[in-house]
Amino acid sequence: MIELEPVIGLETHAELLTESKLWCRCSTRFGQAPNSQTCPVCLGMPGVLPVLNTHALKLALRAALALHCKINRTTFFDRKNYYYPDLPKNYQISQNDCNLGEGGHLDIPCEDGVRRMRIHNVHLEEDAGKNLHAEQAGADYSLVDLNRAGTPLLEIVTEPDMHSVEEADSFMRTLRLVLLYTQVSDCKMQEGSLRFEASISMRPAGTDGLGARVEIKNLNSMRAVRGALAYEIQRQTAVLKEGGAIAQETRLWDEVRERSARMRTKEEAQDYRYFPEPDLLPFEIDREMLERVQASVPEMPLERRHRFCEGFGLSEYDATVLTDQREVADYFEAALGAHDAPKSVANWIINEVLREVNDRKISIEDFEVPPARLAELVRLTDDGTINANVARNIMSKMVQTGKDAPALVEEEGVEQISDESALAPIIEQVIQENPKAVQDYLSGKKQAVGPLVGQVMRATRGRADPKLTNRMLRARLDQMTK
Amino acid sequence: MPITREEVERVAHLSRLDLSEQEKVKFAAQLGSVLDYMKKLNELDTEGVEPMVHGIEGQEVVRQDAVGESLPRQEALQNAPDSSQGCFKVPRIIE
Repeated sequence: MIELEPVIGLETHAELLTESKLWCRCSTRFGQAPNSQTCPVCLGMPGVLPVLNTHALKLALRAALALHCKINRTTFFDRKNYYYPDLPKNYQISQNDCNLGEGGHLDIPCEDGVRRMRIHNVHLEEDAGKNLHAEQAGADYSLVDLNRAGTPLLEIVTEPDMHSVEEADSFMRTLRLVLLYTQVSDCKMQEGSLRFEASISMRPAGTDGLGARVEIKNLNSMRAVRGALAYEIQRQTAVLKEGGAIAQETRLWDEVRERSARMRTKEEAQDYRYFPEPDLLPFEIDREMLERVQASVPEMPLERRHRFCEGFGLSEYDATVLTDQREVADYFEAALGAHDAPKSVANWIINEVLREVNDRKISIEDFEVPPARLAELVRLTDDGTINANVARNIMSKMVQTGKDAPALVEEEGVEQISDESALAPIIEQVIQENPKAVQDYLSGKKQAVGPLVGQVMRATRGRADPKLTNRMLRARLDQMTK
Repeated sequence: MPITREEVERVAHLSRLDLSEQEKVKFAAQLGSVLDYMKKLNELDTEGVEPMVHGIEGQEVVRQDAVGESLPRQEALQNAPDSSQGCFKVPRIIE
C-alpha cells in the first residue's frame, strides 16, 4: 500500500487590538453585558454608513508586512452575502478581490530545520455576533449577542503547505508569536481572539496533486486544530485504504467528543455573491503611512531567537524560553545592557524570575525588580560577592522592599566567605562535631561530604563559598585517610 | 431567453424569497430578458480598461480609533420580533 501524506492549509482569524469597532465607535471590550455595545451601524439598521477605523487598517497592514506580503496600495472592501442570525446586515464587509496583503510567507521551526510556509493573503473584515445556546435543553430558540458584531478581524490564509499535524502546530505557534510581537492581537483563545479553520486532503507521499478537500470549522484553539487534523488524517486514510473516495465537504469539530461531523448542507454550494462594497470608497495607502507602519514592525520572534543563539551563545532551549514572550526578551536585553553576561543573566531570568512571575501569574513587566537591578544582583553572584542561595534570598527581599541588591547585601551582611583562613576553623569544627559523616566518607562513601558542606553553610548562615568549602573539606578528609 | 426554473429557485433561495409557481414562471422570463439586455455590454471592447470599483471618484473618509456611545440595550432590542435575557431571540440554530 502506498504511503499517504496530508496536505493542510489554515485560515486564521485574529481579533485586532482596537478600542472601537471597525465601522462604528462601539467598544470592542470583551465580556460586557449582552447587546450593550451596539449602535445602528453594527446592528445593520437601514440608512447607516460605515466609517473605517484607521487604527484597524494600520494593525492589519503591520501584520501583512510582518508576514512579508506584497501590499495592495489601493485596497477596497467587498460584500460577502449570507444569512445567519449573528450577521445583522445579512452581509459581512470583507475583502475578496483586492486583499490588503498577498503572497507572503512565514518561516516556522520544524524537526528538520526551518521551513517556509507561503501566505496566500492577509485581509481585513468584520467579526459576526455570538450565538448563545438557550439554557434549557430542547429549547426551540437561540439567543444572539451582537457586542462582537463589527469587531475588526484579520484573516490570514496560507497556501496548502503543511504536511503534518506538527507542522500545522508549529505554524500556529509561530504565527501567534508574530501577532503578539507586532501587538496586532492579544491572541486570547479563551476569549475567541484567535480562531482557525483548516482544509485537509490526502495524497500519495511525494506527489504533487491535491485530493478532494475537506474543510473543518469551529476550531477555537490550537488544541482543537491538532485534534481535528489528527482525527481527519485517520478518517481519510481509512476511507482511501478501503478504496473509497473522500467527499468534498465542510465538517464541524466537536471539541468535547473529539470528533468531526459533516455539516448539515444548508445550500447546494456556498454562493457568497461577492461584489465591491458600495458604501465604501477604495482606500489609498500612501507612501508615508506604509513607511511608518513598516518602521513599527519589530524583530520577529524566530529572528530574535537566532540572534540570541548566535550572538549571545545561548542554547536553543534558553533562547526559545526567552523569546516566547516579547516582554521577556525585552527584559533580558535590558538586563544585558547593565551586565553583559548573557548566560548567567539568561539563567537567572529563566530559573528565578520566570518561576516567580509565573507562580504569581503576573507579567514580567509588572515584576518589582526592573532589569537593571536584576543585572546588579547577577553581577554580585558572578563576581563571587554572594553565592547563589544568598542571591535567591536577596531577590525575594528586593521584591518585598524595593531596595537594590548592593544595599541589601550590605544591610544583611551576607557577602560570601571565600577566604580559606576564615573557613578553615569552621571546617575543623564541623569535622569534629559530625564523626558519623566523617566515618562514612572515610569508609568510601564520598557523597557523605554533602551533609558536611551543609553544616558549614549553616555555621556561616549560608555565606560560605560552596565550591571552596567542598574543595577544602575533601582535601582535609583525604588528608585524614592517609 | 428565459432562465431555467432551477436558476430562479436557486436565486430565490439565496435571497430567502418564497415564490409561487406562477411567480417562478414570470421571473424566469423577466430575469432572462434583463440578462439579455445586459449582454449588450459584452459588445464593448474592455481590453486594457481597469475595472471600476465605485461610481464616485475620491478617497474614503476615515476615523480615529476612539470609543463613542452605544445604544441603550432596550433601544437596541426594541425592533426585534422577540428578545430574552438581553439578547435577540431567534429560532433555534441547528448545526
